[in-house]
Amino acid sequence: MIEKQKKFTLASLVLVAAMLVLVIVLDQVIKPTDSMSMLLKVLQKGSIYALAAVSMNLLNGFTGLFSLGHAGFMLIGAYTYAIFTIPSDARDVVYQYYDAAVRLSFPEALSSVLGPFGTLLGVTLAIIAAGLVAALVAYLIGLPVLRLKSDYLAIATLGFAEVIRAVFQWGKLGPVTNGSNPLKSFVRINSFQIHLGGVSVSLSTFVPVLLSTVCIGLIVLLVNSTYGRSFKAIRDDEVAAEAMGVNLARHKMLSFCISSFFAGVSGAGLAMVLGISQASNFKSAMTYEILLMVVLGGIGSISGSCIGAMLFIAASEWWLRGLDSGSFLGINAPGVFRNGFRLVVFSVIIMIVVLFFRRGIMGDRELPDLLSRRRRRRKTGKGGGSNG
Amino acid sequence: MLKIENLHVAYGGIQALRGISMEVPDGKIVTLIGANGAGKSTTLRTITGLVKAASGSIQWNGGELLGKSIDKIIGEGIAMSPEGRRVFPDLTVLENLKLGAYLRRDKAETAKDLQWVYELFPRLKERDWQLAGTLSGGEQQMLAVGRALMSRPQLLLMDEPSLGLAPLVVQDIFSIIREINRQGVTILLIEQNANMALKTADLAYVLETGSITMSGTGGELLANEKVKEAYLGKHKR
Repeated sequence: MIEKQKKFTLASLVLVAAMLVLVIVLDQVIKPTDSMSMLLKVLQKGSIYALAAVSMNLLNGFTGLFSLGHAGFMLIGAYTYAIFTIPSDARDVVYQYYDAAVRLSFPEALSSVLGPFGTLLGVTLAIIAAGLVAALVAYLIGLPVLRLKSDYLAIATLGFAEVIRAVFQWGKLGPVTNGSNPLKSFVRINSFQIHLGGVSVSLSTFVPVLLSTVCIGLIVLLVNSTYGRSFKAIRDDEVAAEAMGVNLARHKMLSFCISSFFAGVSGAGLAMVLGISQASNFKSAMTYEILLMVVLGGIGSISGSCIGAMLFIAASEWWLRGLDSGSFLGINAPGVFRNGFRLVVFSVIIMIVVLFFRRGIMGDRELPDLLSRRRRRRKTGKGGGSNG
Repeated sequence: MLKIENLHVAYGGIQALRGISMEVPDGKIVTLIGANGAGKSTTLRTITGLVKAASGSIQWNGGELLGKSIDKIIGEGIAMSPEGRRVFPDLTVLENLKLGAYLRRDKAETAKDLQWVYELFPRLKERDWQLAGTLSGGEQQMLAVGRALMSRPQLLLMDEPSLGLAPLVVQDIFSIIREINRQGVTILLIEQNANMALKTADLAYVLETGSITMSGTGGELLANEKVKEAYLGKHKR
C-alpha cells in the first residue's frame, strides 16, 4: 500500500516535471508572430487563474465557506508585488502625480549584492510578501466576518472586496498606491531570460506556470493533510467536527487566511503577466469569473479547478475571438460576428456545460481517480472524462 | 471518575436541567433514561462543552470541566458519539475514523487503535474506502462509535445509539457497547430504549423534566414498578 503510494507520488512528480519542460520548449519554439502564440498567452494567464480558482476552491469547496472576496485579495497581492518591485529609476515616472512613499525595490536591492540571483530572490520575496499582506488583511476581515454563515458570509466578503478596491483608489493613499493610476514598469514575466553564450532562453511562460504549479502543489499537500481533513469535516458537519475536537473558529480562520495568501500570490502573478496593476481591473466581476471556473471544474476538485480555469481562459481569450472580429471557423459574417457576440456564445456554452455536467466537469474527483477507478472503487458516476 | 454536582442549564428562559447530581465510576456502564425533553442530551452536551452551564460543577478525575473549551475537554480523554450519528457523509470511512483521532499526535499508537476499531467492527474495514453517506444506518452508527473510540477515550459518551435502527441491529450495537466496556472504557449511555439500556447498565439514573428522580443499579430499576409503568410499557396487574 505504502509502496504503491510512493510510486504514485513519483509518477505525478515526473509528469509535472515533463509538463514544465514542455512549457519551456514551447516557449522557445513558438514565435510571438505565430498564430499559435495565443497558446502561450493562454498558458500564462490560465495558469495564474488556475491558482486563483484552486485557492477559492480551498475555501468554498473544501471548507464550505462561501466567500466572494477573492478579487479584493488578488488586488492586494498585485499591488504589494508591484510596489516592491518597481526599480528606482522608473519610480518617478510611474508615480507622476505623487511623491512615492515606498522607496525600496526587493529585486534591485538584492541584485546589487547577489547579482542576477538576487533579482530572482527579490521577486520571490515580493511574491511571498504579496501573499502575506493579503493573508494579514484576510485575518482582520475574518475576525468579524467569519461568524457569519453561507449567503451572509458571501455578501459580507463581497462588500469588503469592494471596500479594499475603493481604498486602493483613494487619492490620499496616492504616495503608496498611485491613486487610481496604474502601477507599471515593475519586473514582469518578459524580464526572465537566460543568456547562454549567445543563445537566449525565454522563460516568460515557464515562470507563471512554475509559480502556480508550486502553489497548487502546496495546496494539494494541505488538502491531503490532517488540516485538510478537518476542513472537509467542517464542510460536512460543523457540530460533529467540533465534537471531534476541531476548533471551528481557528480552522475557519486558517482556511480563510491560507486561501487569501494564495489569492494574493495569484494577484502578484497576474500583475507579472499583464505588466500592469490597476485597482479598476479587480472588480467583483473577476470574483464571479473565478467562481465560474471553480463551479465548471467541480466544487471540491483541485484538478477540476485547473481544467476549468484553462478552458475558461482558452475559450474567452483565444478560441472564440473570431466571433468578435468577423470570421470564425472559416465562416465570414462581419454583420453577426462583431464585438460582444463572443460573450453571447460563451454564455450559451456555459449553460450547456452546466446542464450536462451537473456537478462540474470533475465533480469532486481528481484526475488520478478517473485513471484508476478500481483503486478508489467509487461508483462510476456521470460526467466523466473531459480534458483540456 | 466523572462527578456532576448540582448542574443547572437553561436555554434562554427555559430550564433544561434543574440541579442534577450524578456519578460515573471508572470502568462502569452508566445509563441515563428519560422521556423526550427530560434533559438527557443536554447533560451530555454540557459535559463536552457544546452547551454552557448556568451553575454547578462537572469534575473529571478531580479537575473541573465547566468553562473549558471543547477541544480541551476532548483532549482529556472524553469522546462523544453524537445523537443521530452525524458521520461526515462526503468523507470515506477511513477519513472519518482518522478525524476521530484528530487531536492525537502519536502516529504509531493511532495506527494500532485503528486496527482495534477494525477488530471491533469488521464491517468498517471491509468498507474503509466507501463514502460514509452511502453506509446503512447501522453501519453509520458503528462508524460514529468507532470514530469516537479513535481518540482512545477513558470515557465514551453515547447519545441514543439505537435511534432509528432495526431491533436486531440494536442488539448488535449493545453487545459491542458491553465489549468496549470490557476492554476498559467507561461508558455513559443515554437511551430511549430503556429496556435495553437498563439490562446493559451497571448503574442507572432516571431523569424527569430536568431533575433526577430515581437511581440504582440496572437490575433494581428494571424491577421498579414506577419505571416499569413509565418507561418499559408494562402495566400494574
